[in-house]
Amino acid sequence: MAELTGKYLVGVYDDDDTVLHAVPKLRKAGVKIEEVYSPFPIHGMDEALGHPRTRIGIAAFMFGLTGCICALTLMCWTMGVDWPMIIGGKDPISFPNFIPITFELTVLFTAFGMVTTFFISNGMGPGTHFHPRFDLRSTDNKFIMAINMGSNAMSEDEISRALRDSGAEEINIKQF
Amino acid sequence: MHVTSPVREPLVQGGKTYADVTEDICRHVEGAPTKEWKIAFGISLLVLGYGSYCLAWTWWEGLGVWGLNKTVGWAWDITNFVWWVGIGHAGTLISAILLLFRQKWRTSINRAAEAMTIFAVLAAASFILMHMGRPWMAYWALPLPNAFGSLWVNFNSPLVWDVFAISTYFSVSLVFWYIGLIPDLATIRDRATSKVSRLMYGLFAMGWDGSAKTWSRYEYISLILAGLSTPLVLSVHTIVSMDFATSVIPGWHTTIFPPYFVAGAIFSGFAMVQNLMLITRVVYRLEDYITLEHIETMNKVITLTGSVVGVAYITEFFIAWYSGVEYEYYAFFNRMTGPYWWAYWAMMTCNVISPQLFWSRKLRRSITFTFFISVIVNIGMWFERFVIIVTSLHRDYLPSSWAMFSPTMYDIGDYLFSFGLFFTLFLLFSKYLPVINMAEVKAVIRSTSAELPKKIAGVAKVRHDLNNVGQRVPSYDKDKE
Repeated sequence: MAELTGKYLVGVYDDDDTVLHAVPKLRKAGVKIEEVYSPFPIHGMDEALGHPRTRIGIAAFMFGLTGCICALTLMCWTMGVDWPMIIGGKDPISFPNFIPITFELTVLFTAFGMVTTFFISNGMGPGTHFHPRFDLRSTDNKFIMAINMGSNAMSEDEISRALRDSGAEEINIKQF
Repeated sequence: MHVTSPVREPLVQGGKTYADVTEDICRHVEGAPTKEWKIAFGISLLVLGYGSYCLAWTWWEGLGVWGLNKTVGWAWDITNFVWWVGIGHAGTLISAILLLFRQKWRTSINRAAEAMTIFAVLAAASFILMHMGRPWMAYWALPLPNAFGSLWVNFNSPLVWDVFAISTYFSVSLVFWYIGLIPDLATIRDRATSKVSRLMYGLFAMGWDGSAKTWSRYEYISLILAGLSTPLVLSVHTIVSMDFATSVIPGWHTTIFPPYFVAGAIFSGFAMVQNLMLITRVVYRLEDYITLEHIETMNKVITLTGSVVGVAYITEFFIAWYSGVEYEYYAFFNRMTGPYWWAYWAMMTCNVISPQLFWSRKLRRSITFTFFISVIVNIGMWFERFVIIVTSLHRDYLPSSWAMFSPTMYDIGDYLFSFGLFFTLFLLFSKYLPVINMAEVKAVIRSTSAELPKKIAGVAKVRHDLNNVGQRVPSYDKDKE
C-alpha cells in the first residue's frame, strides 16, 4: 500500500464494466488515475491503468531453484559425503530416490518465498490495517477510482465532470 | 474471450447482486452462534475430550494398549492416517486442479473444501505422532545428525519422503487457503461494527486494500500456487502409497498403488466434501450458492474416481493370479475368502457398486441419496485401507505366526480423537470465517447468474428471449481469459 498524501478525488462506481470502460476514456481525456480498488479482480484493469506486468513470477522461479539446489545439496552431502550410506551395495548418491524430496522442497520454497514477496511488494503485513482507505465499500460492492490532485494538471471541476460522464455515481473528496 | 453456452445452468441462483453475496455470506460470521452450532460444537468437544483421554493414556502407557501383536504390527493407526490424508486431497484438487481447468463451479465450494483438507491433514498427522509411540522423539524423522554425531536420516526411505510430503502439503495448502481468505477477511473487517472483530479480522487481513495492482499480483500467485499444488497433491498420496509399495509384503508390493491411491483419495475426499457441504448449505441457507448443479458435478467426479478404484481392485486381483507368484495370489485369495472376507466385501460393495448408482440422473440429483452414498463411500474407503494393511499382514509367510487383529478401546478412542479434532476445527472455521469465497463468487455471478443485476438487465432480457426461441447466444462475456 503506497503512502497516501494530499488531496484526492474519489470516484465511486457500482459496476465493474463501467469502471473498466471509464479508465481508458479518462486517461484519454488527460486524467491521471492513481489506482482503482475493487471487491474482486477485474480482468484487464491493470493493463488499462498502465501498470507494468508483475514480476513476481521471476521471484517464484528463483525461490524454486533455491529449494531444488538446497534439497539436492543436503541429500548428496549427507548420504554421499558426510556419512556415506551404502544400501544393498549401491551408489550412496542415488538420484532417483532423491527426486521426491527435491520436488517437495522446491514447492515449499517457491510457495513460501512467493507469498512473502507478495506481502512485501504490496506493503502488506500485520499492523498495516490502520492505513487510511478511500472508501470502505470497495471490499463490498463498489468500485473506487482514486485520482491524486497533486499529480494532475486539470482542475477539480474538469475532472469531476469527466468522472461523472464516465459513469461515476458519487464523487468524493478525500484529504490525507 | 470466454463464451458460455446459455443452456448451461447458472452457477449462482437467485439473481444475486454483489451486495447480496456479501450479506448472505457474512451473515453467519457476524451473528451470534446459533443453537444448532453450539450443540454440534459441544458434541465435538466431548468427542475430542474423550479422544484426548485415550490418546494421553496411549502415550503414557505405550502402544501396548492397542490391539497390535507381533504379526499385525500396523493396523488402525496407519489405516486412519491414510484415510484422513486421502480425505485431505479433495480440497486442493478443487481449488488447484479445477482452477487450472477453469472450472468455475469450484468457486462456491473451494473455501470449505480447502479448510476440510487442512483439518483432515492435521487429523492424519496426529496418527503419525501416535504411532511413533514416543512423540517426543518425532524430531528423529527430521534430517538432523544423530545424537549430534553425523549419522543422518535415510533419504532413500519412503517414510522420510512422507515426512517431507505431508509437511509440505500441509503448509502449502494452509498458505493457499490463507491467501484466498485475505480479501474476504478484509470485507468482514470493513463491515465490522465491534472493535474486537475489526481488530482481529483487520490483523489477519494484513492491510488488504483491493487495488488493481494487488489483485493482479494476487491472481498471479494464485495461479502459480495452483500450478504447484497440482503435482503436489498427486505426489502426496503417491508417496503414501510407496510406504507400502516399496516393501516386500505380498499385497503391498504393487506398482499400481500410486495411481490407485490417488484416485481413491479423490473419491473419499469428494464424498467428505459432499457430507459437509450438504449440511452447511442448509444450516447457513446457502442453497443459492451451493446448488444442485454443484452436487451433481461432484457426484460425477465420485463416479469417475470410484470407477478408477474399481478397475484398480480388479486389475490387482488379476495380476495376483497372472504373476504366478503363489504368495501374492494367496494374499488376494485370503482377502476375499479368508477370515476378513467381510471387510473385503464391505469394501467392494461400498466402493465399486455404490458409486455406479450415480449413473442415474435422478439419484445424482437427490440430496438425501447423495448424503447416504457419501457416508457409504467413506466407510468403504476406510475398509479399503484396513483390508490392504491388516489382511496383508495377518497371514505372512510363516503359518505358525498367523494371527488376527482386534481393536481395543484405545484404538477406537484414538480414532474418535481425530474425529473430535476434525469437527471441532471445522465448526470453528464455519462460524468465524466465511465458508464461501466471496470475492471469487462475485467475479463469476455476472457471467452466470440467471437474472443479471439491474445495470445490464437489458442483456439478460435479450438472452432470455433468445433462449425461449431456442437460439444460442454468447453469454455476457465478462471475463476475458
